[in-house]
Amino acid sequence: MTNPTTASGPARSPKEIVEASLKRRYAAERRFRLLGASGVVLGLSFVLILFVSIISEGYTAFFQSYVELPVAFEAEAIDPNGTLRDGVLDETEVARQLRAVNFRKLARDALRAEFPQVTGRTERRNLDALLSPGAPLQLRRMVTDDPSVIGTEQSVRLLVDDDVDMFMKGRSTPIVRSQGAGTLKLEGRMGERGDEVRIEGSDSALLPILEQARQRLNDVADELERQQGLARSDRDLRATQLERSDLLAEQADEFAREIARNERDIERLETRIQALREEATGSDELVLSADAPSFLLRINDGLIKLVALEADRARGKVLVPPASEAPAESGTWHIIELTTPEDARRLSDQQLAWVLQLQHDGLLSKRFNLLFFSNGTSREPELAGIGGAVVGSFYTLVLTLLFSFPIAVGAALYLEEFAPKNRITDLIEVNINNLAAVPSIVFGLLGLAVFINFFGVPRSTPLVAAMVLTLMTLPTIIIASRAALKSVPPSIREAALGVGASPLQTRMHHVLPLALPGMMTGTIIGMAQALGESAPLLMIGMIAFIVDVPQGFTDAATVLPVQIFLWADSPERGFVERTSAAIMVLLAFLILMNLTAVLLRRRFERRW
Amino acid sequence: MSPTLLLFVVLAAMALAYHLGRKRAIRVVGGVSQINRLHSLPAYYGYYAALWAGLPALLLLLFWIGLQEQILTALTVAELPPEVTADLSEGRLSLLISDIRSVATGNISSGEISPEVAAAAEHYHRLEGIADLALWGLIAALVLAGTAWGWQHAKPSFRARNRVESIMMLVLILFSSIAILTTLGIVLSVLFESIRFFQKVPWTEFLFGTKWSPQIALRAEQVGASGAFGAIPLFTGTLLISFIAMLLAVPIGLLSAVYLAEYAPRKVRSWAKPVLEILAGIPTVVYGFFAALTVAPFLRGFGESVGLDIASQSALAAGLVMGIMIIPFVSSLSEDVINSVPQAMRDGSYALGATQSETIRRVIFPAALPGIVGGVLLAVSRAIGETMIVVMAAGLAANLTANPLESVTTVTVQIVTLLTGDQEFDSAKTLAAFALGLTLFVVTLILNVIALHIVRKYREQYD
Amino acid sequence: MNASAEAIAAKPSTVTADKLGQDQSTATTVGEITSANPRMRCREVNVWYDDNHAIKDVSLDIGQNEVISMIGPSGCGKSTFLRCLNRMNDTISTARVEGSIQLDDQEIQDKSIDVVPLRARVGMVFQKPNPFPKSIYENIAYGPRIHGLTNSRAELDELVETSLQRAGLWKEVKDRLDASGTSLSGGQQQRLCIARTLSVSPEVILMDEPCSALDPIATAIIEELIDELRAQYTIAIVTHSMQQAARVSQRTAYFHLGDLVEVGTTDDIFNQPQHKLTEDYITGRFG
Repeated sequence: MTNPTTASGPARSPKEIVEASLKRRYAAERRFRLLGASGVVLGLSFVLILFVSIISEGYTAFFQSYVELPVAFEAEAIDPNGTLRDGVLDETEVARQLRAVNFRKLARDALRAEFPQVTGRTERRNLDALLSPGAPLQLRRMVTDDPSVIGTEQSVRLLVDDDVDMFMKGRSTPIVRSQGAGTLKLEGRMGERGDEVRIEGSDSALLPILEQARQRLNDVADELERQQGLARSDRDLRATQLERSDLLAEQADEFAREIARNERDIERLETRIQALREEATGSDELVLSADAPSFLLRINDGLIKLVALEADRARGKVLVPPASEAPAESGTWHIIELTTPEDARRLSDQQLAWVLQLQHDGLLSKRFNLLFFSNGTSREPELAGIGGAVVGSFYTLVLTLLFSFPIAVGAALYLEEFAPKNRITDLIEVNINNLAAVPSIVFGLLGLAVFINFFGVPRSTPLVAAMVLTLMTLPTIIIASRAALKSVPPSIREAALGVGASPLQTRMHHVLPLALPGMMTGTIIGMAQALGESAPLLMIGMIAFIVDVPQGFTDAATVLPVQIFLWADSPERGFVERTSAAIMVLLAFLILMNLTAVLLRRRFERRW
Repeated sequence: MSPTLLLFVVLAAMALAYHLGRKRAIRVVGGVSQINRLHSLPAYYGYYAALWAGLPALLLLLFWIGLQEQILTALTVAELPPEVTADLSEGRLSLLISDIRSVATGNISSGEISPEVAAAAEHYHRLEGIADLALWGLIAALVLAGTAWGWQHAKPSFRARNRVESIMMLVLILFSSIAILTTLGIVLSVLFESIRFFQKVPWTEFLFGTKWSPQIALRAEQVGASGAFGAIPLFTGTLLISFIAMLLAVPIGLLSAVYLAEYAPRKVRSWAKPVLEILAGIPTVVYGFFAALTVAPFLRGFGESVGLDIASQSALAAGLVMGIMIIPFVSSLSEDVINSVPQAMRDGSYALGATQSETIRRVIFPAALPGIVGGVLLAVSRAIGETMIVVMAAGLAANLTANPLESVTTVTVQIVTLLTGDQEFDSAKTLAAFALGLTLFVVTLILNVIALHIVRKYREQYD
Repeated sequence: MNASAEAIAAKPSTVTADKLGQDQSTATTVGEITSANPRMRCREVNVWYDDNHAIKDVSLDIGQNEVISMIGPSGCGKSTFLRCLNRMNDTISTARVEGSIQLDDQEIQDKSIDVVPLRARVGMVFQKPNPFPKSIYENIAYGPRIHGLTNSRAELDELVETSLQRAGLWKEVKDRLDASGTSLSGGQQQRLCIARTLSVSPEVILMDEPCSALDPIATAIIEELIDELRAQYTIAIVTHSMQQAARVSQRTAYFHLGDLVEVGTTDDIFNQPQHKLTEDYITGRFG
């Protein structure tokens, strides 16, 4: 046999050797296959994680919280002369007169009417802060649209501030509600807000709360320890950077300052952690400070914040005065725990008590967020919408399509059908392939230097954006168009040329129509690329803060991806939600476009 | 909007010229029944007239729009009293010019308006009026002359179709050359500004310096007022993040390509491939948000829990997310390459009794390697040029380190930062962005040329 | 994979049945299908590509140390049949094989039979030379390596040398074993592929039109080689060249539209064909 003689052991036949190796080889086969599958699974799970993370953050932005309040449109305040109601004024005059009206007061008065006991200036300001700055605009629009509301009282759904909105959506603090067992007696004055009351419970009624509170204090301490750990990380990282010799003096100073700040943070956190742990383990009265979770007692239609706790008694501060001082039976009172400590929240306990009260009275509700789709951007999350950006994207895309499609089709037609094969066309070909892989930001530099600085095209406009995006998407569309032209069999050309059509007529009448679906597919993919692109647009001024919805191709505008970028930078919690929602809208558009391209390809796919 | 209006006027004139040319062609030969006496179909005489009526006018319009502002500004500046312009730096001058323009267009300018500026604005405004009038007049003349030319040529012996076709061909050639013009535009725009930058900062310092701090001090006495432009930390930062990205993307992309091309049942393939391609279609700004919102805090928290110091804008977070972005890119390129390995290779291996994985690892993979390398190089070029993810998730401070847990900055981040803040015209800071852009362009160009060459050679091998 | 499946699946339809007359049915095979010393035994083998019935009830023995050639017009199923013998049809997802194929009394169609050792025993050489894009040495060493046939580098060197020698390629390439396999000429490439097949010591070698892509001189060398190899191996060769069949084989089987029309000694088939179709083909009436 061919098996070379081996020095040691009896020679085995190849057949035996092969069979002996099978087990090992099949194990390797299974491992490899599993490895491959795990690659796909990992890739797919990244898609999943991305979508879940975006959608879970963003879906709430499609709803917005409103507070429904009766608003008195006082005639003297809005329309002292009655001219509005008579309808004698034209649009600009109406606008001028309404600009002078203090709608903000109207809105605030409506809210204050719900809490007549709020009197102090600071307190009132805190209450006013629950309303969005957009609420007065709503009222003004109501009057503009229908002057007959003047002099009447209307029930109006007013926009609430984004902080309230976040609370309503559970993104401000976790809320734990627990039913009370045992009777509670209230003692002390409690007609006013801020009054101190004593609460006596029967049969250790407050013991579960006490235990819950101690547990929470430990949780908070844990969380603070985590933050402390992060601060330590930062400090250590900066320290290692500081040790490097290649720093400029100013950078070194900066690092030193940051390190000092980290040190202060760590120390401050340390004392707080100590205090919390001590309080949590103490056996006597538990005192709840502002860095601990808040426990609100809902009793007799009022809200009392617990300040100190024991198993059977507690001290509290009235936030919303109860309707009566009668003892509350088991089951008629409950505890609302606001887990995030007051000083880590943007709304105080008092403000949340008002919100809870409004919620209790059924005045707060979430409704579909139309504003998000119609408004331009805003500094206020609850007023910020993608309307302006979507319109800007639309204008940009329309222009990009108008520019790029004819040019790309023309170029593809020439290069594929007419161009002689020489060094110049070779160069163009290599060039196009390379351009397709040039980083998009370089096109931004081109736009800035050539279009804006040299040709003076107005910056921040859909026009200049479209010019840049056209250059960027051209290679994609040209390559796809050439592939489409290539797939048209030569027999078609020969047939047309054979009946005496000119070369151009042949292409225009016969080849182009057949290649068109392929070209359109490529164009849609190019447009999808343009729609999602943002880097080059940053260079040409699309990051300006533009509130108005653009009206034309040369108005200052922004586009959806850039809007996302700008919002992603905003610190407010409300913008996180809106950024995610804007991403959802953008992705929906993109998936729609890609789907169209796929369907188009399927529909017109031709086998020759 | 005067240009838009003009555009529509010209387009309408073209339609009219078409109509006239066509009508006349039919008339000269004596009616529709006689049109076979014409050299070309009547429509071509119409096209010919329309092209002559429209093209020169459109070209003029294009140049006019492009150059009007430049010329008017130059004229206005020339008219400015010498004592105003004498001691102005270029930056000051451009401020002054934008002042003049905004006063001229009726926008309220910043600060008080000096009499000189007011006068210049007046002058500018007047020039603008004259220019508008001249434009309308010229365009009208061109349209009329063109129409007349085309109209006059509508006679049987004239080879209208051939003429129209040669004009069309010229247009097509023009369109094809836009790709070249774009490259030229890129090169020129970054090159000129870069040259000006290297006049201020020596290129050796830029390429080999290790300190990067372009923030020109606001106060003169501040340390480092001149800024430091050593780009080494940016290059290392870019490479570090790209390296992390490739570390994630190449194995996962390759493995999924192998699985999808060789193992996956048709059903799995038919849905897994499009879903993976979704990743490729997601805008990079979304990845950036994902990195900053989800991945970076997760990594930081994870690092804290195991005792690792991870910066909030670590290179790791940006790199990982960039890797996720590149997975489908690597995967689809590799899959194409793997699929283009001829079936005969597989048959040869199977016929020897190789298992599937042996065939893949020892035959298909080596055969596909050049193509895969080309694809990976393209992916690297993409990672280096990627902007949004790093802008949103990587840091700003130039940090010369190889530690992925620290924060680094990249070339693209610096370009964006330098050009989106308050721009000082002509400052080294602004120009530095273009020098970085040039570096970026050159590096990616080299990578692309190599990669495309390899891929092309590979394709030819099996075609 | 799909492309080749389509190509193979499309073949049987290129010669349409009605062109030759439906009445010339060939339900039973003319001649002696059995062999005195059979190595492989096929009974009532049927192959479908999707709904395309490519092989119909073919029964045939392949004897020890004989060269059997399979001829027939293109699309007659001869290649398909050959690919059944080491289950290469498994790589085509649309193919379905029924019937009994035995190697040394062992049923190879059985799902429990492992194709890996089977293919190590039944090697195959393809129509187009398909050397791996590796060095000449690595091309030969591939098989022994994956099967673990050798224990040391020296053994492997020796095995590579013997294989190349058997394939008659050793003298031509011994100085450039590191050169790429694809750098060889077509005929050398095909001998390289034969050497590659020999390197795993198969018992049966299947050759699918091994010379169709080669020039006459290279063809002559390969034919000579086949004749030499007969001493040690059992060889089944598919060819479209009747002269080649006549030159290299002892038995010949004639396939037509998926049917095995006639089988017999090569002399008989070429000199006194029994069946009308065989005669028509031999005499060049169609093909």
